[in-house]
Amino acid sequence: MKNVKSIFKREFLGYFATPVAFVFIVIFLLLSGAFTFQLGDLYERGQADLLPFFGWHPWLYLFLIPAVSMRLWAEERRQGTIELLMTLPVTIPQVVVGKFLAAWAFTGLALLLTFPTWLTVNYLGQPDNGAILAGYAGSFLLAGGFLSIGACISSITKNQVIAFVISVVVCLLFMLFDLPDVADVLSGWVPTVLIDAVANFSFQAHFQAISKGVIDVRDLVFFFSLITLFLFANGLILDAKKAD
Amino acid sequence: MSALLEIRSLSKAFGPLKAVSNVSFDVQKGEVLGFLGPNGAGKSTTMKMVTGFVTPTSGDVRVCGHDILQAPVEAKKRIGYLPEGAPAYPDMTPLSFLRFIGEIRGLDGPMLHDRIDEIVKTVHLEGVMHQPIETLSKGYKRRVGLAQAILHDPELLIMDEPTDGLDPNQKHEVRNLIRRMAAKKAIVLSTHILEEVEAVCTRAIIINRGTIVFDGTPTELEERAPESVTKNRLDWVFRTLTSDEADAPQPIAAPAHLQKVAKR
Ligand SMILES: Nc1ncnc2c1ncn2[C@@H]1O[C@H](COP(=O)(O)OP(=O)(O)OP(=O)(O)O)[C@@H](O)[C@H]1O
Ligand SMILES: [Mg+2]
Repeated sequence: MKNVKSIFKREFLGYFATPVAFVFIVIFLLLSGAFTFQLGDLYERGQADLLPFFGWHPWLYLFLIPAVSMRLWAEERRQGTIELLMTLPVTIPQVVVGKFLAAWAFTGLALLLTFPTWLTVNYLGQPDNGAILAGYAGSFLLAGGFLSIGACISSITKNQVIAFVISVVVCLLFMLFDLPDVADVLSGWVPTVLIDAVANFSFQAHFQAISKGVIDVRDLVFFFSLITLFLFANGLILDAKKAD
Repeated sequence: MSALLEIRSLSKAFGPLKAVSNVSFDVQKGEVLGFLGPNGAGKSTTMKMVTGFVTPTSGDVRVCGHDILQAPVEAKKRIGYLPEGAPAYPDMTPLSFLRFIGEIRGLDGPMLHDRIDEIVKTVHLEGVMHQPIETLSKGYKRRVGLAQAILHDPELLIMDEPTDGLDPNQKHEVRNLIRRMAAKKAIVLSTHILEEVEAVCTRAIIINRGTIVFDGTPTELEERAPESVTKNRLDWVFRTLTSDEADAPQPIAAPAHLQKVAKR
């Protein structure tokens, strides 16, 4: 536990040692603002809620989260610091969890900094703040899901660009699983049970449910098992190929 | 008393390349072992296996009785390791870096503070403690790596080319440091500087193409050279033992104790 904390601390502060944190947070805030107010018609809808705001988050995360996760392991490999880390008296799960939590906390911070949007809707009307809180929770879970995928993929390569591109593609797949088009394409080929099963892995469905203010245990279980699964794979990959 | 480091028939293959084959030796407390060999001989690979970074193809490593694969955390607690090239987080300052390593090594509070102060004086990092590591010169980076390796006063110290990139003053200081620490530890260091072996090592192992070709004291190593060689006698022996050409200066029969190793 102490080791997880030390690794978390180093990693989290690491974001602020470079312009990474600043650039990420500014771009995240600009884009989420632009999407919500311009494209999402927050004002014109005449409803005081944050549905348009949260509706864009999966698409924002699709590019921004891999940009955060790509460096998690690829950079350790490139700098050679992975040799240092893996010869310290820490276990692989401690390092994997510490690093993941740091990245998650960092995206959580960016998410918290969108509070002016929340202030705006409260100023304009009387939104259901409980639903908004659920939306934030859902968005945070979604970010965690994307991050765990990105972390796992980052552990495969020492090239951050490769880590970024593969992560975007895999995350996109997870977002598209339940689109009607995808289901159509698959319908002739695979049994319906399988389509339903695959659709059940879609981020969108689980995220939308939560962001509408309905926190269902099944959606929570989905995100937490997804994160666990990918972090587990992350650990296995590291164990199998620490040095090369 | 059993050895601090026990290595038994350690091998590592990268595809068809046998980087290390069937290497066995023990290192006792008080020994300073110079690990020599030409480029690509397998020195770094052996050290990476000893410290648990590279998984051996076969063979065992025990550190203070703890198997590096079965009880990695227990073994790693007792090792201080300076990897080749002294990697460190470039964005961190030496101070934050050493604090991080110290915390992981189980030091904290005033104890960690005092220990860092002490180490900083030992390897002369005063003045650069608040500068990002990426802006440090090569020699200073190496010192940070050295500081990191000895921070927790490990029983077994493994250093891959510790004096590479240091100025003559620092080389001298590091050698003194090694001599001072020697009594309480087992130290393994790799180097390409043969004088260093004479200066600090109690024992030398030469490996060539992944196998041990010499294991003995520096004096024994020097005595391998015939009387006719008067200058750079260690160089002469090193080249003779590790040259692959057919016209090598005089083939030398495998030393008696190596035949023992092979039988084990
Ligand atoms: N990850 C790897 N994949 C493939 N081959 C490798 C890998 N690491 C090392 N090797 C090979 O193993 C051999 C031994 O390398 P090693 O780094 O141990 O040599 P060394 O004795 O430390 O050399 P130097 O004096 O140059 O540091 C070399 O031929 C090297 O190319
Ligand atoms: Mg080497």
